[in-house]
Amino acid sequence: MNSMIHLVWLVPILPLAGFLLNGLLRNYLSKSLSGTIGCLTLLGSFVVSVLLFLDVKQPGFEPTVISFFDFISVGELHIPFAFQVDQLSVLFLLIITGVGFLIHLYSTSYMHDEEPPHFARYFSYLNLFVFSMLLLVLGANYVILFIGWEGVGLCSYLLIGYWFKNIEYGNAAKKAFIMNRIGDLGFLIAIFMLIQQFGTVSFDTVFSKAHGAPVHVLTAITLLLFVGATGKSAQIPLYTWLPDAMAGPTPVSALIHAATMVTAGIYMIARSNILYTLTPVTLTVVAIIGLATALLAATIALKQNDIKKVLAYSTVSQLGYMFLGLGAGAFTGSVFHVMTHAFFKALLFLGAGSVIHALGSEQDIRKMGGLWRRLPITHITFLLACFAIAGIPPFSGFFSKDEILAAAYGMHPALYVVGVLTALMTAYYMFRLYSMTFLGKFRGTPEQEHHLHESPAAMTIPLIILAILATAGGFLGIPEAFAKDSHWLAHFLAPVFEGSVSLHAGAERTTETPELLLMGISVAVALIGTIWAWLRFSRKPELGEPSGFGKLLANKWYVDELYDAVIVRPLNAVAKFFSGWFEKSVIDWIVNGVGKLTLYGSRQIRLLQSGQVGGYVLLMVVGILILFLVELFVKK
Amino acid sequence: MVPVLLIVIPLLSGLAGWFIKGEGAARTWSLLSSLATLAVSVYALTLSKDNPALHADVEWIPALGSRFSVGLDGMGRILTLLTALGYPLILIGTWRDSYRKAPNFHALMLLMQAGLMGVFVSMDALLFYFFWELALVPAYFLGSQWGGERRIQATFKFFLYTFIGSLLMLVGIIWLYYHTPDHSFSLNSFYALRSKIANDDQVWLFWVFFIAFAIKMPIWPLHTWQPDMYEQAPTAVTMVLSGIMVKMGLFGIIRWLAPVLPTGFWAWGDTASALCIIGMIYASLVAIRQDDLKRLVAYSSIAHMGLMCLAIFATTSTGMQGVMIQMFNHGINIIGLWIVVDLIERQFHTRKISELGGLAQKAPGLAILLVIVALANVALPLTNAFVGEFLLFSGVYSSMATRYNVLFTVVAGLSIILSAVYTLNMIQRVFYGNVNRLTEKARDIRLNEKVILATIVVIIVVIGVYPKPVLDLTKDTVEAVITKMIYKQ
Repeated sequence: MNSMIHLVWLVPILPLAGFLLNGLLRNYLSKSLSGTIGCLTLLGSFVVSVLLFLDVKQPGFEPTVISFFDFISVGELHIPFAFQVDQLSVLFLLIITGVGFLIHLYSTSYMHDEEPPHFARYFSYLNLFVFSMLLLVLGANYVILFIGWEGVGLCSYLLIGYWFKNIEYGNAAKKAFIMNRIGDLGFLIAIFMLIQQFGTVSFDTVFSKAHGAPVHVLTAITLLLFVGATGKSAQIPLYTWLPDAMAGPTPVSALIHAATMVTAGIYMIARSNILYTLTPVTLTVVAIIGLATALLAATIALKQNDIKKVLAYSTVSQLGYMFLGLGAGAFTGSVFHVMTHAFFKALLFLGAGSVIHALGSEQDIRKMGGLWRRLPITHITFLLACFAIAGIPPFSGFFSKDEILAAAYGMHPALYVVGVLTALMTAYYMFRLYSMTFLGKFRGTPEQEHHLHESPAAMTIPLIILAILATAGGFLGIPEAFAKDSHWLAHFLAPVFEGSVSLHAGAERTTETPELLLMGISVAVALIGTIWAWLRFSRKPELGEPSGFGKLLANKWYVDELYDAVIVRPLNAVAKFFSGWFEKSVIDWIVNGVGKLTLYGSRQIRLLQSGQVGGYVLLMVVGILILFLVELFVKK
Repeated sequence: MVPVLLIVIPLLSGLAGWFIKGEGAARTWSLLSSLATLAVSVYALTLSKDNPALHADVEWIPALGSRFSVGLDGMGRILTLLTALGYPLILIGTWRDSYRKAPNFHALMLLMQAGLMGVFVSMDALLFYFFWELALVPAYFLGSQWGGERRIQATFKFFLYTFIGSLLMLVGIIWLYYHTPDHSFSLNSFYALRSKIANDDQVWLFWVFFIAFAIKMPIWPLHTWQPDMYEQAPTAVTMVLSGIMVKMGLFGIIRWLAPVLPTGFWAWGDTASALCIIGMIYASLVAIRQDDLKRLVAYSSIAHMGLMCLAIFATTSTGMQGVMIQMFNHGINIIGLWIVVDLIERQFHTRKISELGGLAQKAPGLAILLVIVALANVALPLTNAFVGEFLLFSGVYSSMATRYNVLFTVVAGLSIILSAVYTLNMIQRVFYGNVNRLTEKARDIRLNEKVILATIVVIIVVIGVYPKPVLDLTKDTVEAVITKMIYKQ
């Protein structure tokens, strides 16, 4: 066994050190030093991750669990602080630290207007965010995973509310944390059920014992874990925090949407794939919720005018695809989509950041247009990302999305149809966004036009690297329909999912999937959406306020309002009822009643409160003496 | 010898403190005394649990069959450590608070500490009762003499509640005493009784003790003294009450109620658990609406105490282990919260959340430390409270003592979400947003407060990451208590 594996602790420790350095020394560090610390620690993590990857890639590699110490050890229950190094965790390490590093690098330039202590605070939060996410994917049991799970929730809270002077931003941050907490409660209860069923929370033991567990227990566990995932990965019904999370600085959005946080739910289910494969009911629920989320978010994205909001809903929608894939048993496909999505979504957000930066904080695409001339690098890279997300071959999104859709077809053709419909909308709203931002005439103020500039190298270099990945990343998973053994990722991840695959092997496929035909349909659909939106919005941008059905979409189906009316307000009303009336008029009233009964006694006591402390002490001593005397007397 | 020292040091220094002149001297004296106590308490941690120095047993009132019997098991050690550690934290954290007749104030504080120590080390029921009162009586005076505007009402309410509780408990103790074959107050005699008390008697005796302890924690609906008292008492006193004294209730149940009356305890388990859970949700909801920082923390504390009490009724070693560690954690964390509240009140002369805002801009140091303490209050992983809550909920979920364990876990679990609501609301409205006229001149945290809050933060994180030593410390008590609790089921 290569010794590199035993250095895995370096991966999370480096960002943690960066967090501590920047956090504790924020008043003493210059901006360039803060930025350097933030970036270098992550670069270090990335290098270690690459070395780990080289080890893991070797044939004959066995998943390794490295225990550091007993985190909680009570009676029969032992929860070690342990990391698991295998194909899945290392793949996520690469995505998190790689894309994370690019986002850090980009931030050094994007955030240059911040004062030094805040600049350091920003980087310390970023590093903490990455640290939490690394803990999440490295944890060798559900509790360590949960630590990272809540940790990313905290960091998103801190970063969404980074500009804490703005109350709106603060509210968005709070909403993110609380919605995540709702999901986390489900996760926590699932952990308790795991403990009761298996006596442990360690992955290896749980997964090897899973076959013997009653299906209804497993179903409850997997559903509850999925509740946790709906919070973290923004699925119905807990998705509304993610679009609001746009309040944070744009690179933070890139971090949340691409490298960390929202992919946690996918990771967790992919990690628990055996539990899910054993519970078909849960798989169906996951697939349906995922698809419904994909569709719902895509419809909303059609009518958003804030560049970041469109991207946010597209993330929700793409995450929905990933859950659809998980539900359909395409664990590799979903993880593949996590990876390609990380590339193109980070690119889209960083590109959007570059646009916002150039326009002096303008985010409304109705006031953009014609930017391709002045922001050439941003424009080209953004366009490539749009191709990728729209699923146009040979860009990366095509391969991963196609794999998911093929699996959905295998589960039920109806799922495929809705999935393709969503893909159509995806291509349409992405190219609506692209056209209104980059094509046509500039619609901003002359002053903005005067200041239009391409972003500095620290911002464009990450864009270029991500563009290469978003373009070519799909070749890691070329469908087997084209060439045998061409799906490198499937082979790499095979050991992680082999238990689930062998379970599936027993149940023979009912329908032979016409893979090439399906592929043709989805490509055609993506092209239709792309061209349609391109032609329509490059000539005549959509500038007015939407009406009718469009208004419903622009207002996000009024889901926020619905939650407000059904949950938030009643809860507040109950709280008000308790604190305002019940507490005073009922509980205190009873107590006061008791008080009145003892009115005589209480008057006596008040008389004793003369204010002479010496007197009190005397009384106290006398009282105790009397007590003893009485008891002596009683006894005799 | 160690437990005796833990009582005698604060007792004697408290009595001597009466004769000290001047606030500075009294404060210093008090600090020195509490540091000496802390040293003894830390020393106790280094001793193995069989060490004779952890026990003392001498004649006290032979005519009554009561002995001065004290000892430190795991639970005793952790709670005396909390008491010993809490006092210096409180004293330094509130160093700039000034009191009228300061020597008397500090003397009473020390007497209260002696009482608390006594409660946690007593192995004799009469002695326990004596110290219970010794801890409470100074609290009355501290509240009524040094409290806020409505101190008389608040203290009277506090007095009335605890007086009724104490009386009930005394009745219970005497009843048990008369039923011991050897007419003894010793803990072991009481434990030996548990198979001899008829079920019918256990069923009513349970309430005699439980009400006394429930008032102390407090458990809904016996809680209304608490927000008033916390609001009105001087902050240092509130810290002692909420950080340390409330643990007397939990401690009482674990040491004197559950093992002595296992059948009564089991019979009323669901009822009491329901009260705990109602209290958790109720207090969390009420906390959402509070505009006064002290009241907000008070209600938050009611919710947390409810969970600990619930876990005792779950009768699992996991849950009990959670109670042990969480008693300590809750004490440390809430002292941290009070220090921040005190600091805000001293600076702005208000505790109203609606009048504050934007403090993070002016006092970033304070904001960071508060956020960490607040995160512990919502039991975020890698803070000490997460370890506690995890074990508590896990214990409740796996409980065999009730058929409703799943329901209990889910409903009680809602408090996890609600605690995030009120805690984040508070952070946001006090620290975020823009400064107003009142807060624009705010200054940042000063050295003494910084040192204390930083100490608390270190404790929070260290226990949060590596709780093993604390968990190991109380293993013996957990096993002993659980064995006695499941005696008759």
